[in-house]
Amino acid sequence: MYLLATDWFFIIEKLILIALVVTLSMIVAMYATYGERKVAAFIQDRIGPNRAGPFGLLQPLADGGKLFFKEEIIPLASSKFLFVLGPVLAMVTALLTSAVIPWGSPAVIAGRTVPLQVADINIGILYVFGVVSLGVYGIMIGGWASNNKFSLLAAIRGASQMISYELAMGLSLIAVLMLTGSLQMSTIVQNQLDNGWNIIYQPLGFLIFFICALAECNRTPFDLPEAESELNFGYHQEYSSMKLGFYLFAEYINMFISGVIMSTLYFGGYDIPFVNEASWGISQNLLAFISFVVLLCKAFFFVFVFMWIRWTVPRFRFDQLMHLGWKRLVPLALVNMLITALVVLLLNK
Amino acid sequence: MGITQILFWILTVAALFSAIMVISSKNPVHSVLWLVAAFFTISGHYILLNAQFLAIVNIIVYAGAIMVLFLFVIMLMNLNKSTEPLKNRWLQIVGIVSGGCLLLVLVAALKNTEVSKNMAEMGTGEAGLIKTLGRELFTTFVVPFEISSILFLSAMVGAVVIGKK
Repeated sequence: MYLLATDWFFIIEKLILIALVVTLSMIVAMYATYGERKVAAFIQDRIGPNRAGPFGLLQPLADGGKLFFKEEIIPLASSKFLFVLGPVLAMVTALLTSAVIPWGSPAVIAGRTVPLQVADINIGILYVFGVVSLGVYGIMIGGWASNNKFSLLAAIRGASQMISYELAMGLSLIAVLMLTGSLQMSTIVQNQLDNGWNIIYQPLGFLIFFICALAECNRTPFDLPEAESELNFGYHQEYSSMKLGFYLFAEYINMFISGVIMSTLYFGGYDIPFVNEASWGISQNLLAFISFVVLLCKAFFFVFVFMWIRWTVPRFRFDQLMHLGWKRLVPLALVNMLITALVVLLLNK
Repeated sequence: MGITQILFWILTVAALFSAIMVISSKNPVHSVLWLVAAFFTISGHYILLNAQFLAIVNIIVYAGAIMVLFLFVIMLMNLNKSTEPLKNRWLQIVGIVSGGCLLLVLVAALKNTEVSKNMAEMGTGEAGLIKTLGRELFTTFVVPFEISSILFLSAMVGAVVIGKK
C-alpha cells in the first residue's frame, strides 16, 4: 500500500533531473579543460590544442582516454582505502552543490509544473556552504594518505586556506540573506526577478564572495595547495591514472558550480537581463530552456574570468594569503554586513 | 513500516557503528573520519525530525570546521604509528566495570521518565526550522544567547593572547 501511495512521477522526475545535472557538470568540466588551455594559449599568444579533431575539440576526450589507460599506482606505505577515498570525496563534494541550484524557470511536462531544481530546501544557501566546508576533506585525506611530505604540506595548506576564506565567504553571504530574508535559493532568485539583481545592492559583498570562491576552488592566485614550483605537484603528487583525473576534474566542476552560484546569488540566477520575458507570449517550456541557457552563459563568463585571472596574476605567498584572508576580507565583510543590516533596518521602518 | 522508519533504523545502525569505530580504531586519523561519519548520521536524524537548520549547522560547524582542525593537528603531530601506551590489565577491568555502572545508572534513571513516553514528532515538528529557532533565540533566550557569544569572544581573544606570547 505504501509504495502505491508514493508519488512516482515526482521520484522519476527528480532522478532524471539529477542525472541531467551531473552529466551537464561533467561535460562542462571536460570542456572547461579545453577552454582553459585555449584561454591560456590566447593570453600567451600561442595557438593551444589543435590536433585532435577540428579546432582540437576532441582534446578532452583524448585526455580522458589517456588518464583511464594509465597505470594505476597506489603507494605501498599509504592507507589504501583512504588513498582511494580522497579523490572520490573531492568529486562527490564538487557535484553535491548542484542539488539546490534553480537551473531555470519551471517547465511544464504532461500538465505538471516541473521546477528545474533538484531540491528546494529552506536552507539552500547553508547547504551550499556546508558542502563547500566539506570540500577540504578530499584534499586533506588524499594528501595525508599519499604518505609524502610534500603532499601533506599541501594538504595542510589547503585546509588552513579553505577554513580561513570560508569565514569571509559566510559573512558576505549573510548580507545577501538579510536582503532576501530567506535562505531558500528559489526565493533568492525570485526576489532578484522582482527587485533587481543583488549585485546592485551588494557590490562589495560580491567582490568578497568572488575572492573567496577563487580561494575555495584553489585557483591562482590562491593555488598554494598545488604550487608546482614549491611542492612539486601538491596534494595529488602520488596520484596517477583516473584518480588524478578525478582531482583535476573536481577542480573544474567546482569552478563551474561556483560560477553558477555566483550568478544565482548576485546576478539574478536564470533571469534574462533587460527584457520582460512574460510579455513575449512564448510557451513556458521554451522560456525555461532560454532561461537555462542564460544562466549557463553567466556561469561560463565567471569560469572565463577565473581562467583569465589564473593566466595573468602571480601566486600569493602563504603569509600574504593569510593576511588578506584574516586582516582584510573578514573585517571588510563584517563592515559590509553591518552596513547592510543598518540600511535594511532603516528602510523597513 | 513507513520510509521514515526505515531511514531511522538505517541511520541509527550507522550512527552506532561509526561511534563504536571512533573509539576502536587504532589509527587516530581513522577515528576522526569515523567521527565525521557519526556527525553525518546525526544530521540525518535531525532531518528526519524536520530540523533542517540544526542538521546543516551540525555539518558546517562540526564536520566542516572542528573536525578539520582535529585532522589538522593529528596530521601535524604525526601520530601514524600507534603510540598508545600499554595500560595495566587491572586498570582496563576497572574501566569496564565503572563504565558499565555508569550505563546502568543512566538507563535506570531514564527508564521511567516522561521523556521516554513522548515520541519525537517525525517530519512535522517546527522546532528546528530557522524561523522558529531564530525567534526563540532572539526573544525568549536572548540573554543567555548573548552571554554565550561573549564567552566565545573572550575565548577567542584569550587564544590570540596566548598565541602571541
